[in-house]
Amino acid sequence: MASKKASRRGFLKAGAAAAAVGAIKTTGAEAALPQAQPQKSLKELVAYGERSKFVASVRVPVLERPSPDQFGLIFHVLTPLQDQIGNITPSSLHFVGTHRGAIVPDIDPKEYKLMIHGMVDRPLEFSYDDLKRFPSVSHVHFIECLGNHARPEYKTVQETHGLTSCSEWTGVLVSTLLKECGVQKGASWIVAEGDEEVKGSGSIRLAKAMEDMMVAYGQNGEPLRPQQGYPLRLIVPGFEGMYNTKWLRRIKVVDRYYMTYNDYGHIQKDEEVAALTFQWGPKSVITFPSGGQQLPGPGTYQLTGLAWSGGGVVRKVEVSADGGQTWKEAEIRSAVHPKAHTRFGMTWKWDGQECVIQSRCIDELGQVQPTRGQLAQHFHEPPDYYKTHGVQGTDNMIQPWRIASDGSVHNAIA
Amino acid sequence: MRSPRLLLPAMILAACAAGWAQSPTYGIGKTPTEDEIRAWDISISPDGKELPPGSGTAKQGAAIYAQKCSICHGTTGSEGPAPMLIKRQNPPANAGPCVAPCIRDANVMAMHAPYATVMWDYINRGMPFKQEGSLKPDEVYALTAFLLFKNGVIGEDDVLDQQSLAKVKMPNADGYAIPNWKPGQPRPFSAKP
Repeated sequence: MASKKASRRGFLKAGAAAAAVGAIKTTGAEAALPQAQPQKSLKELVAYGERSKFVASVRVPVLERPSPDQFGLIFHVLTPLQDQIGNITPSSLHFVGTHRGAIVPDIDPKEYKLMIHGMVDRPLEFSYDDLKRFPSVSHVHFIECLGNHARPEYKTVQETHGLTSCSEWTGVLVSTLLKECGVQKGASWIVAEGDEEVKGSGSIRLAKAMEDMMVAYGQNGEPLRPQQGYPLRLIVPGFEGMYNTKWLRRIKVVDRYYMTYNDYGHIQKDEEVAALTFQWGPKSVITFPSGGQQLPGPGTYQLTGLAWSGGGVVRKVEVSADGGQTWKEAEIRSAVHPKAHTRFGMTWKWDGQECVIQSRCIDELGQVQPTRGQLAQHFHEPPDYYKTHGVQGTDNMIQPWRIASDGSVHNAIA
Repeated sequence: MRSPRLLLPAMILAACAAGWAQSPTYGIGKTPTEDEIRAWDISISPDGKELPPGSGTAKQGAAIYAQKCSICHGTTGSEGPAPMLIKRQNPPANAGPCVAPCIRDANVMAMHAPYATVMWDYINRGMPFKQEGSLKPDEVYALTAFLLFKNGVIGEDDVLDQQSLAKVKMPNADGYAIPNWKPGQPRPFSAKP
């Protein structure tokens, strides 16, 4: 069902694009007729490979809302986790979350520069080519949006968890650049700023910048896509997506929390809750079988999913097929990187009876992914509170799927 | 053959001995001028030290609001459709707090922002929609004064400038905690397996 819907949407989109091209090139009545996409020339097919016409996996906007909305306030597009293979998200399917996304900057790298200033001995400006003269690193990391909340009304894993993606990022460690500038005594925070229309910016602790942050110009073996910040973005491994500033143009080293554009919307009165929006907790989700999918009948399947944590590497993933009463360790089926999506799976027999399946992640810090009930207990709320309310900070709660006796799979939060 | 092999470790040792705060390792990049830094540095600290010269009052701001803001935020500043800027007199009972950007009373920026500098910075870099960055410092001071006056934070004739803006006592001045974080630190709770 889901893939039929998706391919239909893809078809309509392609038709609209073809019509738009027609409208520019021609005049009169013929412009209104949808035209078939012209066949690509052999030269084009050789130059840049495309996926099979039988593969129709696409991103969708959150809640089918127009994206961007009327004021360009929200531009959130979900990655199709149910279709993803392995642990890397294709760059073209990486989720997008940005403000004022109506205008995605497409910056000429020749015109581009990154400025580092503030509490440093030597303020410096780097061109795109300058940055490539520093030693590079390539690290696999997830980026997940704070808005990645599973709700009872969401049907598929794309809707419940589609605001997380994982790539191999290539660039220069922020610590390398900061050392080149010479950080002064007393500095404790940095303010990072993007080059989009609102110059979105956020405050990050200097300790994080020196630990593992990177300015990335590469994603999965090629330059960043414009929607991912071309020519340069910040990677803040394991932190909320918002801090991974796209179209990065400026880093200012400072001695206090600046509470700038992006920080302001996230301020919290409670110290514990304020810290929760920084580092993602251990999280996992089963992507097969998952909501909206259909098992053809009883038999043997490969149950699989993704696990990750902002606290480091995934140590262990456990799966329950009886609503959380008993748990069995799953196999890790991809390379394990710190603060990265990790593929897990197990050979699993479905007996045809209704059941609830779920996974939980345990990370290198010993943190265990909580249920909704456990989180409610921690925050002194009624047991069912987080079925209907957003959780404080980042949402890493266990996602249950109910498999009905007819093989249909449903979101089991409700 | 031998000396190049020894040279690199020797160079690294030399760099370490010098300390990274004192000298650059790669010598890559260009030094921006003071003017170039000032032109780009639009981050305004809560103490207001980066604020540019200029000033404005609520009366001046009212005219600018009508001309440049009301088309999205509404004539009264309360009816939208863009996020609410001026608190309503009688908000509905279900108008609870929420995370920005959203359109509920408790989230009105003049009520929610702990510092007036946060508003100045936000308006300066992010407004008006599709003409971001086009406002002059006097206009940003005036609009900040207008919104603070309309929400009952300052008086109609109060002048906001480089000195006075950061001194405005905001209603939510104590309503935030600085997010605490250290490398390798677990979150404050963890479920038991």
